Amino acid sequence: MSDKKDITLSINGRDHKVSVDPRWTLADVIRDHCGQTGTHLGCEHGICGACTILVDDTPVRSCLMFGVQADGKKIRTVEGLANGNEYHPLQKAFMENHALQCGYCTPGFLMLATGILEAQPDISDDDLNDVLSSNLCRCTGYANIIKAVRAARDEMKAAS
Amino acid sequence: MATATNRMLGHLGDSVERLEDPPLITGKGRFVGDINFADQLHMRIVRSDHAHGKIISVDTSAAEAVPGVVAVWTNENIDDIPPIDFREGSDSTLALFRQYPLARELVRYVGDPVVAVFAEDPYTAEDAAELVIIEIEPLPVLINADDPPQDFKGQATTEAAIVEQGYGDIDETFANAYKVVEIDVKVSRHTGVPMECRGAIGRYDEARDVLEMYGAAKVPHRNRDTLCRMLNRPASGVHLFEGHTGGGFGIRGELYPEDVLVCVAAMRLRRPVKWIEDRREHLMAANHSRQQRHIIRAAVAEDGEVVGLDDELYLDQGGYIRTHGTRVANMTTGTLPGPYRFPVYRSICHFRLTNKTPAATYRSPGRCESTFVRERLMDAVAVAMDMDPIAVRRRNLISLEEMPYGRALDVLGDSVEHDPGDYAGLLDQGLAQIGWDDLQKELAERRANGEMVGAGISMFFEKSGLGPSDGAKIFVDNEGFIEVVTGGASIGQGFETAMAQIAAEDLGTDYRRIRVVHGQTNRIDYGVGAHASRATVLTGTAVSLTAQAVRAKALDMAAELLQTTADALTITDGVVHAKDNPSGPSLTLGEIAEALIPTSKLRGDREPYLKGEEWFHIDHQTYPYGHHIAVVKVDPDTGGVEIEKYFIAYDIGRSINPKMIDGQLVGGLAQGVGGALFEEFTYSDAGDPQAVTFADYLMPTLKEIPIPEILLTEDFPSIRTPLGIKGAGEAGITGAAGAIASAIDNAIGIPGAVTETPISPQRLKKILSEHDK
Repeated sequence: MSDKKDITLSINGRDHKVSVDPRWTLADVIRDHCGQTGTHLGCEHGICGACTILVDDTPVRSCLMFGVQADGKKIRTVEGLANGNEYHPLQKAFMENHALQCGYCTPGFLMLATGILEAQPDISDDDLNDVLSSNLCRCTGYANIIKAVRAARDEMKAAS
Repeated sequence: MATATNRMLGHLGDSVERLEDPPLITGKGRFVGDINFADQLHMRIVRSDHAHGKIISVDTSAAEAVPGVVAVWTNENIDDIPPIDFREGSDSTLALFRQYPLARELVRYVGDPVVAVFAEDPYTAEDAAELVIIEIEPLPVLINADDPPQDFKGQATTEAAIVEQGYGDIDETFANAYKVVEIDVKVSRHTGVPMECRGAIGRYDEARDVLEMYGAAKVPHRNRDTLCRMLNRPASGVHLFEGHTGGGFGIRGELYPEDVLVCVAAMRLRRPVKWIEDRREHLMAANHSRQQRHIIRAAVAEDGEVVGLDDELYLDQGGYIRTHGTRVANMTTGTLPGPYRFPVYRSICHFRLTNKTPAATYRSPGRCESTFVRERLMDAVAVAMDMDPIAVRRRNLISLEEMPYGRALDVLGDSVEHDPGDYAGLLDQGLAQIGWDDLQKELAERRANGEMVGAGISMFFEKSGLGPSDGAKIFVDNEGFIEVVTGGASIGQGFETAMAQIAAEDLGTDYRRIRVVHGQTNRIDYGVGAHASRATVLTGTAVSLTAQAVRAKALDMAAELLQTTADALTITDGVVHAKDNPSGPSLTLGEIAEALIPTSKLRGDREPYLKGEEWFHIDHQTYPYGHHIAVVKVDPDTGGVEIEKYFIAYDIGRSINPKMIDGQLVGGLAQGVGGALFEEFTYSDAGDPQAVTFADYLMPTLKEIPIPEILLTEDFPSIRTPLGIKGAGEAGITGAAGAIASAIDNAIGIPGAVTETPISPQRLKKILSEHDK
């Protein structure tokens, strides 16, 4: 359809040199051309948040951004959340609090929460609810997601 | 060396962490979209944009000319493929109404697949699909199931079936009633909407003559059987594989047109074919559910006893009858009486096709709808009799003394027989826990101060553990690792963890040493998947019986090797030892397995291997029960409803993993709140769907969902299963709409105001303005 453009995506610290159609979404490039399928697509119109990743440390819906727009930017996805074999406090909290069932929305919630807790380590419960209400989950009824993110916030604060 | 005092992780009743979680929190899940095969093609479906019409012509030439397009199919390319058959086998009375994988002659809803485009990549397939020109001659559109039926293909009408159930003399009962109370209520069209859209990959292995489908879910074995029937292939030559599944809720995993298409295309195009649905497609093509209108009346005696129930309902089936046949109609008419006695009963379901997306089951099918209707009626009876709504319910509940309570009703081939349970007792516990009397006073005071606040209740009985049978296999290898192979399915509910916990209980091992296989039709011949809250009840019991058999075999072998008797031995943390001497001579399960290999001299005449396969047969489904209580606040300016408090009481019989049960109840409630307040597929008069994005189909976020208080009791283990297990999958949703509607009536002070879900701000504002509030 159109001329390809060579870009470099830095995903979880590793550079991926890819030749992309300008119209390919960032989510598709990450999934289909960089092999990182942990980022999930739930609606492809920016509402459900399943595809949330961090671009330059800010939560972004990767279905609403083109791959070419992310050229040279620092991308973090769920695959990069753990430190080697050591889970991120959010990952641990999600397991301990049964904050996932099918796990499809989970990467989006994890990256959304990572972004917000890094930016605002002292975020209040109410503000956290505001942020987390931007993503959809169809299994858990959210109660355990709230619990898990609050637990991770408290643990990350205590550790810092 | 483990000792008997060591607590092994993951036994029955432990809220252990899930085995499923590690890949899912690290991005290593294998959902169907994550699976790829070399040389695969991508399929894109061109769907009808007419709700009803005759296909005059289809021009695929422009699409075929797009570089990268390999094939473009209409029904003519696959006119040897029959319509998609019913899951439970062929049914000649309904056969006419089945859907072809690609529309033949007619289109019957917006979203009906007409053309399939196969291309080298998904973007190309989608581009080419836009170039297909379909000429349709419009036919009259039927939107409402309660409008007069229309012609169907010149051979029938759109009233595909009438499903009637009941017992006793309705006419006499109503003629002699002290009072007759009638309501007319509707449940909207909404559905499961899992976060993962559907997907399927067909792959044909010519070398072995095996057709494979990836992306199966819910009922892989059943779908294999249907595919074999449709494609005339042996079961040994069709394998379905379930990977991770992003939510099920009844709608995901049924056999859809797209599933058949990728299989047929893989065989004919000789390349793997992948199809991933987008959300717009999902909302117009995956099964819808729920839409019913009930005109229902109660014959009431002077003391509030409902002596007769007479229901006539219109079920909106949509464009075709899919894999479920009339099961939703059956479950609705079979469970409508709920936890009440109702000595005389009749329900007549007009099962009618319309020109909308085909409908089928969504979590708690039939019970969700009928519970809303029945509980609305019980509230109406209370008003008509000037009785307290709790008192009316109490007057009619089936008592513990009457259990097990049979009725001349059929639910999925099972004659209903309520498990013993104390419905009134659980009601007492629930009301006490929530402080019902004080709550009423508090709400009355707040109403007196001008607030629109109220409380409502909804009681229900659930059904779970659909039989009749299920089996399981267990194999212990020489290192003591255990594999449990089932025909169950994992749709996010924690199936692997539950099965591992059940097996661990009898095998005396840490549940984390157990690998659970599900949804792989090449690993076990038989399976009925995950639906109808049956997996833990049926498959779990089969796993338990198999684990017991393997345990017995292990102890028998060990007894000989340790020169003692089997009943003197036990297993702790994978080690067999004397019950009274945990630190004495011992053997690991792996060592016992090694003693049982075919060439082992120690084996004697025992069957080779430390393995087992057992079956569980159930004579009736299990019928758990409970109630929901909602406290809501209505904003008269916006018509918005805030759920201030929510309470669920439920008797589970026996918990395997309480945290997962809690998760099922809370998650079910979220969907219940969605259906009660927000979610609805609306259509224009021309049959255009108006909710095909998440901006129009409103699913609740965490802002709309209350965190419920839950009273989970184990007071009445099921008499149908040796472990006493009853299902947990659907109780969170079943009572929601009824309780919320009742609370809204109470809050706005207009009895019987809510007659239709979702109780959207628009509907509520209309009710308020009609009553000058």
